[in-house]
Amino acid sequence: MRGRSEVAMLLFLASESVFFVMLILAYVYFRHSPANPAGAGPGVLDVPHTAAFTACLLASSLTVWLAGRSLKRDRQWATQLWLAATVVLGAIFLVGQGTEYLGLIDKHVTIDRDVFGTAFFTLTGFHSFHVFAGLVALVVVLGLAIAGDFSPDRRSAVSAVSLYWHFVDAVWVVIFSVVYLWSLAG
Amino acid sequence: MSSVPLVPELDQSLPALGSDEGLLSWLASVDHKQIGLMYLVTTGLFFVIGGLEALLRRIQLARPNNTVLTPQNYNQPFTLHGNTMIFLVVLPVLIGIGTYLVPLMIGARDMAFPRLNQMSLWLLVFGSLVLYYSFVAGGAPDAGWHAYPPLTEKDYSPNPGLDYYSIGLLITGIGTVASGINLLVTIFTMRTPGLTMRRLPLFVWMTMVNGFLILGALPALNASLVMIFFDRQLNAHFFDVKNGGSAILWQHYFWSFGHPEVYIMVLPAFGIISEVIPVFSRKPIYGYSFVAASTVAIAFFSFAVWAHHMFAAGMSQTLDLIFGGSSMLIAIPTGIKIFNWLATIWGGKVRFTTSMLFALGFLSMFTIGGLSGVTFAVFPVDWQVTASYYVVAHMHYVLFGGTLFAILAGVYYWFPKMSGRMLSEAWGKWHFWLMFAGFNLTFFPMHILGIMGMSRRIFTYPDRPGWGGLNMISTAGSLLLAVSVLIFLINVVLSSRRGPPAGPNPWDAGTLEWATSSPPPPHNFDLVPPVRGRRPLWDIAHPAAPDRPSRTDSPPTTGRMAGGALPPGRDADARPE
Repeated sequence: MRGRSEVAMLLFLASESVFFVMLILAYVYFRHSPANPAGAGPGVLDVPHTAAFTACLLASSLTVWLAGRSLKRDRQWATQLWLAATVVLGAIFLVGQGTEYLGLIDKHVTIDRDVFGTAFFTLTGFHSFHVFAGLVALVVVLGLAIAGDFSPDRRSAVSAVSLYWHFVDAVWVVIFSVVYLWSLAG
Repeated sequence: MSSVPLVPELDQSLPALGSDEGLLSWLASVDHKQIGLMYLVTTGLFFVIGGLEALLRRIQLARPNNTVLTPQNYNQPFTLHGNTMIFLVVLPVLIGIGTYLVPLMIGARDMAFPRLNQMSLWLLVFGSLVLYYSFVAGGAPDAGWHAYPPLTEKDYSPNPGLDYYSIGLLITGIGTVASGINLLVTIFTMRTPGLTMRRLPLFVWMTMVNGFLILGALPALNASLVMIFFDRQLNAHFFDVKNGGSAILWQHYFWSFGHPEVYIMVLPAFGIISEVIPVFSRKPIYGYSFVAASTVAIAFFSFAVWAHHMFAAGMSQTLDLIFGGSSMLIAIPTGIKIFNWLATIWGGKVRFTTSMLFALGFLSMFTIGGLSGVTFAVFPVDWQVTASYYVVAHMHYVLFGGTLFAILAGVYYWFPKMSGRMLSEAWGKWHFWLMFAGFNLTFFPMHILGIMGMSRRIFTYPDRPGWGGLNMISTAGSLLLAVSVLIFLINVVLSSRRGPPAGPNPWDAGTLEWATSSPPPPHNFDLVPPVRGRRPLWDIAHPAAPDRPSRTDSPPTTGRMAGGALPPGRDADARPE
């Protein structure tokens, strides 16, 4: 059986998924609102740009898994290295989100422009907030790893944070499909 | 293990129960018993405030065309009354009782995450302060507890009350999710050896199912509150109908939280009743497995009935039929429970203590509320009585006659454990009978008023035949309720100082919390008794006739407990964190 922290994290993620389901449904409901024909639609999104940064986020799931595996085998150096790589990849993704937002604001697509903007920025904004929170947690875990706080028998913090990170990543897969890939179909 | 501790070990103990640090020993406490008591005090305070808000409105409604309150002044107390009672009283008091009792009932040292537990409590306190700060900031929320748009949009509600509503409830909502997680992990991982799921006290069972409901429902509210906040602060358009938003979306989102919430507010109350009735009937609970399993059924159904709050909003007939049908179905598992409790009392040697009286009051009043609830599932009836006082009557029979009576049954039952002293039975009986009479006088006439067409949430009403009289009865009843609450508070204050000492097990009950002293020591148990059945203390007291679970119900006891009790320190699970 898993440890207490992992069980708590799984339960927390279950509640988080309900939160994101609400936001995703709102986006689906509003992405083409007939009440607002003049408004922006998913067509304004820069899919290739975001796809590139999505690759970074997906890769970071791999690196955090490698960090956990290294810790299980008591390879402290590798653990720290993979954790640091995860932080860097996650940060790159956030930068990508930032540039995407700047591009949209240049095109006058904002949260108060129309229902598309409202739903889009709320959904992706909350996801980015979760990525940011994950980065903070990862930096803390990295600091603890450098201080030598973990061992193969003492790694519940690493596995709990890594569960959270996989979740953030999985949510993004859904958002990328629903928001970006679907926009290619119109 | 690490050789460089990043967090240094404490060289002196933290302030805790029994230390002489005074107030700090409470504010800094991570002990589940202190936190549980602080939940009770906080919610008790808000119960009084919410009650006064209701009283104010009953005074306004005592006579037709009354002018004690202006329409605007009326909207704020009815919104705050609903929000206070639901989010700051009933929901957290049940979590508080769970926080106090679950570790004791499962023989644990504390919750799984004591500091998370502390965070939940203080989020509740700060969230409620944020909600009430709206009074100072320019006006309380005034759109009803379910805050239907467009009333919540800035154009219709320009004062900042609804901003404080969304942020305050978001803060308490996050705390509630944290409590749900904490209770679940505690129940999953910290049960004393031998306490299998089939031996778990029913209160713990219901708290566990409640934990899942919280995880499924509260995030939906949190997401909706965020949307309303963005609409008001960032000019977003989720519910802004003028700009393509949707008012119906809010109704779906709110009620997809709101209906599970109804069960979040009643399942732990079912749990309390399932503990109280067997003890005072001197019988084990009838149909333990059915009581537990029907709870799970209720939890599943509760996510599939939300739109029965929306029949009047205009849905397709198919949806009306689906949600009407599912709402009738959910009455079945609830009915199973009622019959189980009745069968537990049947043939028992009933002791009519105040706690038992409140439990019986719960059974009768909750049944009335449940039956009027089923009438809403017949959607033509719902169309007729929606937003009338019939709804107000129904909801108070469920939440007041139901949940609150159960909570009071629990308070009279567990007060000796929490304080070490008995509550006065004489005052208690006055409390019960006055409250029972006051409750029925207040809320029963509302059924009739609602059918006659009196709208809820309107600050006054015309002088139609019969309306003035029924409203006057209702107002008189509410004053009687206030007196009964006063008697209760006096009883609590006097008895906690001068009540007769309770001893560990004044009611001769069977569950683990009664195995330790009253109040329990900071470490809860010197010795956790062996658990071989559902009533370990009964087994110890009656070794010749132990409470053997039936063969199909429970696996045979393993040999490891045969040697006797486990000292709490030996169990790795009993260590906090």
